[in-house]
Amino acid sequence: MLTLQQAADTVSSIFAPVSTPAMKEASLARMVLALSLAVFVVVGGLVAYSVVRFRARPGEHASEPPQVYGSAQIEAAWTSVPVILVVILMLATGRVIHEVQAAPQPANAVEATIIGRQWWWEIRYPKLGVVTANELHVPVSDSLVRLPTYLTLESTDVAHSFWVPRVAGKTDLIPNRTNHMWVEPREAGTFLGQCAEYCGTQHTLMLLRIVAEPPAQFARWVEQQRQAAATAPADPVAAAGRRVFLGTVCASCHTVAGTAATGKSGPDLTHLMSRATIGSGAAPNVRDRLRAWVRNPDDLKHGVLMPAMQIDDQYVDQLVAYLLTLR
Amino acid sequence: MTATGIPLTAPTEKDVPSVFNRLRDWAVTVDHKQLGVMYIVFALGFLVVGGIEATLIRLQLAVANNHVVSAHAFNVLFTMHGTTMVFLVGMPILAGFANYLVPLQIGARDVAFPRLNSFGFWVTCFGGLLLNASFLTPALVGGAGGPDVGWFAYAPLTEPSYSPGKATDYWVIGLIIVGFGSIAGAVNIATTILSMRAPGMTLGRMPLYTWITLVVQCMILVAVSPLTAALILLLLDRALGAHFFDTQAGGSAVLWQHFFWIFGHPEVYVLMLPGFGFVSEIIPVFSRKVIFGYPVMVAATVAIGFISVSVWAHHMFSVGMSPAANTFFAISTGLVAIPTGIKLFNWLGTMWGGRIQLRTPMLFAIAFLIQFLVAGITGVMLAVVPFNWQLTDTYFVVAHFHFVLVGGLLFTIFAAVYYWYPKATGRMLSERLGKWHFWLFVIGFNLTFIPQHFAGMLGMPRRVYTFLPERGLEIWNLSSSIGVAFQLAGGACFVWNLIRSFRRGAAAGNDPWDAWTLEWATSSPPPVYNFAGLPMVGSRRPLWDLKHPEDPDWHYE
Amino acid sequence: MTAIPVSPATVPWTLPRRGPVAILFFILAESAIFAVFVSAYLYYIGRSLTGPTPREVLHFPVVMTVCLLSSSLTIHTAKRALARGATATFMRYWLATILLGAGFLYGTAREWYELIAVHHLTLRTNLFGSTYYALVGLHASHVIAGMGMLIIVAAFGLMRRVRAEHAERVDVISTYWHFVDVVWIVVVTVVYVVGR
Repeated sequence: MLTLQQAADTVSSIFAPVSTPAMKEASLARMVLALSLAVFVVVGGLVAYSVVRFRARPGEHASEPPQVYGSAQIEAAWTSVPVILVVILMLATGRVIHEVQAAPQPANAVEATIIGRQWWWEIRYPKLGVVTANELHVPVSDSLVRLPTYLTLESTDVAHSFWVPRVAGKTDLIPNRTNHMWVEPREAGTFLGQCAEYCGTQHTLMLLRIVAEPPAQFARWVEQQRQAAATAPADPVAAAGRRVFLGTVCASCHTVAGTAATGKSGPDLTHLMSRATIGSGAAPNVRDRLRAWVRNPDDLKHGVLMPAMQIDDQYVDQLVAYLLTLR
Repeated sequence: MTATGIPLTAPTEKDVPSVFNRLRDWAVTVDHKQLGVMYIVFALGFLVVGGIEATLIRLQLAVANNHVVSAHAFNVLFTMHGTTMVFLVGMPILAGFANYLVPLQIGARDVAFPRLNSFGFWVTCFGGLLLNASFLTPALVGGAGGPDVGWFAYAPLTEPSYSPGKATDYWVIGLIIVGFGSIAGAVNIATTILSMRAPGMTLGRMPLYTWITLVVQCMILVAVSPLTAALILLLLDRALGAHFFDTQAGGSAVLWQHFFWIFGHPEVYVLMLPGFGFVSEIIPVFSRKVIFGYPVMVAATVAIGFISVSVWAHHMFSVGMSPAANTFFAISTGLVAIPTGIKLFNWLGTMWGGRIQLRTPMLFAIAFLIQFLVAGITGVMLAVVPFNWQLTDTYFVVAHFHFVLVGGLLFTIFAAVYYWYPKATGRMLSERLGKWHFWLFVIGFNLTFIPQHFAGMLGMPRRVYTFLPERGLEIWNLSSSIGVAFQLAGGACFVWNLIRSFRRGAAAGNDPWDAWTLEWATSSPPPVYNFAGLPMVGSRRPLWDLKHPEDPDWHYE
Repeated sequence: MTAIPVSPATVPWTLPRRGPVAILFFILAESAIFAVFVSAYLYYIGRSLTGPTPREVLHFPVVMTVCLLSSSLTIHTAKRALARGATATFMRYWLATILLGAGFLYGTAREWYELIAVHHLTLRTNLFGSTYYALVGLHASHVIAGMGMLIIVAAFGLMRRVRAEHAERVDVISTYWHFVDVVWIVVVTVVYVVGR
């Protein structure tokens, strides 16, 4: 059901960062973990030691040990150490907050707008004229020619959160509010993430991927995404499917650029087959899953807002044949 | 057992009343001891309910792509698990202990307003029933009814357009009512502490548990009220079409978050501080030493109370606040760790040089020290904002707060039950069963919650009903689920111990632990009037002074 | 330092009275509730997507404010009269307090009637409507609760069952009433001054 057939680095550890914000966060995290481990070993060790060393021995019950009411010097000593540690941590925290949140946007940065919707991601590149869903393509940045991608985050319904652990910390998408974040992958690859703010029934299957490509490949992808769909597919079954698509309710929710379908409630399907999954990660984007989705999306993603259209099987096959042409 | 010289009056024998009369006596009581027991029994009942919800959650998450429960049912389960544990277990059980212990510890006959006390309990009961009545509401998409908005119910998911039906309304109204009970109880206990202490018991001579309880009641007044207010605003949205959190009409989702966490953060200290109070009584007695640094402990508690109302937005670091705001809340959160750490060191200082008796209450207290140390450390980690951006809303946070509330609070509650059960019933709990309970729970708790730190760092968010197989999450989730079995077994030992010892436990006597605060100066259980005569209160440990007339505490305080 | 132990009988031991202590704690909680409603009001000033606006429909409530603030004076006088045993004076000023409170509520009712019937402003109209009715309504409900207590005491008073020894209980109610007044000052400032 939820297996991944696309080659992707599937473990998303925050300690395997590939992008600048995640790298800064991971290195700060390592410092914090080291300090924490030290504190745990020292204090925990003292607790364990005291239990062993000061355990009541048999025969000692008759008398009480010396009563020690307190000591100002000891209190001062064991207050000053935590204060120093907190100061160190907070200085480091302030510095990295500034580096990540206040990083100035370079002129050549790619810009994308992510709009969170129950339970998928609408992705637009306003300056490039690209509209897609669930898969964010970004160019790889290198230290000579930095090419980060700046994201604007919005929501049309409830609160969501954009989280791809290897790429950046999470930032929320909140209705009636605009947030910003940036990513800067330093190596090519596909990186997995998912929504990280509970947003209703299928919060779990609001998955996300970031595909980082060398700049030339990214430019080719952009070019391809800007093309409208081919007017009429050669295959008669697919052509029939196109008629079904445009003639029934599909067109009222979905857009296929270059056709009369301009619906905005569901994902843009112009280049559906260029994406690895359907249902924002509910299933891999292959014929039989696509067919199951079109027949009854609820089977793959229970509670999804796309209703089952009660279409006859023959029309479903035609529709699927058409959808498969939308590369 | 020990000679305190107090004239004791054993309860007089009389004809055993009928079952109906005994139940009626409990139903109409205004006695703080009975109400305290009722709160505790109520809470333990809901601990079972919340535990079942947790068990189902962990069964569903034991392996990837599991189908034990549906997506909607899972969402209801984690909503109700959190809500039940915080409001129907945590708050009531601590209210029960406060009700039972505070008048005894200050040498009073009852609380300031006994009838208000009874009102508070029954209102809490009613709210709890209403909350769980939501399970009977018609389902949205098949399966059980019940609210599925998460225990902090972020807007606008809770608005009528995204949560249609009545389930969320039961949640809102049930919590408003439970909140009234908490506020009534807080007014009562706080007034009792200020107005009804025995002669000689100045504020500086109160037991630490009572001091901490006083601070906690003030925090309840300041923290629970904002939740009540926010819930009323939400109810106005849902029932009357107002727009407080209606983003389509210009309302703010973030405003709800601010209001909720202004409640939510002090609330977790409201839950944890009484646990600190319990171990501040237990560790000294079982180390045979006075608490190290009493004035510093009081000051640290008050500091925690004040600072805790300034840290709330550390739950909101991913919301997109400015760098300045993020830094402010990071610093305030780091600050609150300092008095908390000081308390831990003072407990350590109490044990140091003592003669530690490893009876069951002390075992739970020691485990608490280590586990709460972990909880505090992960809390400071979460205060480091850039680290928080990766960890917030993941299983790392789930691990953190379960270390606080289970490894911390629940362990101290277990310690408190083993410590004060003899006082309330006149019987000792079994040490053998206690040790079984302890070890099973230590193993189970750590097996469940340590792996969750790693699941979070590997990208597993909260509130997901399943996870992908190849994400490297399987071993952590499976171990986490296996730990539940140990906790259930430990819990069963505990319940069996409570029931069995009621009839067959060893007789406790007034003062089975050779302790030093006033509750041990009367019979077990105490007579309805609590004290026939009170020892003179000249120090923080009146019974120590009586037992050690050659070396009383007031020489040193 | 050593303290010489003395038996409890000789230790002067007075604690604060529980009635006044309890009402102060209760007021602490109530203040927190009002603070949330006030914060919501302040946050949403100017953010309504549609009209009407406060400036268009609100007029500073002079008479209502005078009524409520004077009622604090009358209740204070009544309380002091009772403490020195002047029960007739107490009843006069207590009833005057009730009258002034009723005047305040009447003013609120008239204002709301005008807002709803003439300006069509309700809870669901816009953010201003939601926050206005919530805040002013919360305050008014507290006035009504206070009036309930005042009327009960008045009933006892008319049956000549209120005496000097009840001064402390009456004091507790009067503290609550003063709180309600102070909240009104905040509400008036926020709604009719800052918000317009």
